[in-house]
Amino acid sequence: MDIKEKIKEKFGNAITDWRQPSSRRVYLGVSRDDIFRVSEFLFKTIGLRLATVSACQVSSGFEILYHFSDDKSGTVYSLRVELRDRDRPCVDSITPICSAAEWVEREIWEMLGITFKNHPNLKRLLLAEDWPDGKYPLRKQES
Amino acid sequence: MSHKIIVPIGPYHPLQEEPEFFQLYVEGEKVVDIDIIIGYNHRGIEKISESKHFDQVAFAVERICGICSSSHPYAYVLAVEDILGGEAAVVPRRAVYIRTIVDELQRIHSHLLWLGLAGHFIGYNTVWMWAWKYREPVLDLFEMVTGNRNNYAMMKIGGVRRDIKDEDIPVIQKSLDELVPALKMFKGAVMDDPVIRCRLEGVGVLTREQAIDYSVVGPTARASGLDMDVRRDDPYGAYADLDWNIFIEKTGDIFAKTKIRILEMEESIRIIRQCLTKLPEGPIDADIKDIPPGEGIGRVEAPRGECFHYIKSDGTNRPVRHKIRAPSFMNVASNKVAVVGGTISDATITLAAVDPCYCCTERVAVVRKDDNSKIMNGWDLIKLSQEKTARLRERRA
Repeated sequence: MDIKEKIKEKFGNAITDWRQPSSRRVYLGVSRDDIFRVSEFLFKTIGLRLATVSACQVSSGFEILYHFSDDKSGTVYSLRVELRDRDRPCVDSITPICSAAEWVEREIWEMLGITFKNHPNLKRLLLAEDWPDGKYPLRKQES
Repeated sequence: MSHKIIVPIGPYHPLQEEPEFFQLYVEGEKVVDIDIIIGYNHRGIEKISESKHFDQVAFAVERICGICSSSHPYAYVLAVEDILGGEAAVVPRRAVYIRTIVDELQRIHSHLLWLGLAGHFIGYNTVWMWAWKYREPVLDLFEMVTGNRNNYAMMKIGGVRRDIKDEDIPVIQKSLDELVPALKMFKGAVMDDPVIRCRLEGVGVLTREQAIDYSVVGPTARASGLDMDVRRDDPYGAYADLDWNIFIEKTGDIFAKTKIRILEMEESIRIIRQCLTKLPEGPIDADIKDIPPGEGIGRVEAPRGECFHYIKSDGTNRPVRHKIRAPSFMNVASNKVAVVGGTISDATITLAAVDPCYCCTERVAVVRKDDNSKIMNGWDLIKLSQEKTARLRERRA
């Protein structure tokens, strides 16, 4: 059974939007409440590698993409989580599942102001110590 | 009574990329914890990228790293080409081969640079001098092929900016031929040296489980038994057409990382030779004008591991979002587990083992909790490391 079928069997309707623009790129829509358990399944059970996490401001709020890499088939599975909150977006941290997420979640928190619940060490990673609180450089209105 | 001392290392002058600040918590000689503080060289390139048009971004991201300076533009153009249907569908074959040649030349020069620094850190200054001596002809090749010794400006959406001239091919081949005995010499000198083995084997171990947990990439991952290489797994460039090998080690120590890098240089030469022999005729640029709306991911196996770029386009001439993840972002974080449990004299080489370009050691301060506060410079820490090698050498003599 390939990974796509395993995900479908395990989560069924929790995956909202399947898109495969090319053979080695798969984008899946996951709700904010499910991201922890889907990530846990991909990382712990299937054994995918967390390549990185990217976040972006969109008109309805924010979207986060969790890029998991299957190094056996060279496929990137990107889980898309939409956060419909323009001011105080919040999502579960996946750092308790894999240490690889610690730094990138801190980066997204300081750059876009998305809070990661249950992150063990949510503090600045790249910005200077005297950078003002509440200013998020990658938010569009800041530019 | 245990006496905990804090040893801050850094931050470094951003002369070379990735200045980092390591705060070692030590008890006697043993490192019990480490804080890693980064961001001293944060230039906001993701933000800058949103204000440049697609063609300019390739130049901007080339400036992220001075050593693997073609990996970022390559991953970037692959991400944009992913929106357009993929490198294989868009880019002329000749350009794909030239990209591969540049990518592999870069791996040789980067690994030689690291080998030299690693030699210096453990007190093998001959290795340092020789490795950098043999790196020079590689930089000369870059100058011939791309016009620059560094920051090559070769990658372009849909192709490359410069062709390789037919009359240059024998010169490149001759230069590679001359490099082969030098690499063989390094292989013998490093792998058969009992003191180097003593110094690097079992030191700075990153176990397979830790490597998975931190999702490390490149030689750091392969040294811990993870069988991954983007060149094979998610093929780009001409790699799928060529015959080459991937090296996996199980021990996860610094010796394994060193061995893998030395062996990879020989493979890079094989790859370049095959590319030169098979170099297809034809154009080098697809002359792409517009980037449609969409999103794409580009991945390149940089000398330090997978370099990851994500691009989101809304159909205008600028990216809406450009996420860049350099391999060291994953690898440096793993120092959190690789350094702890070792000694201060092993910390230098362990922190350097993931190849974060740690060489810009501008200042190192040793702060003791008692009144004997003492500030040392970076050389003192390297000296600690070199003295350990000297002790080992004497013990064996």
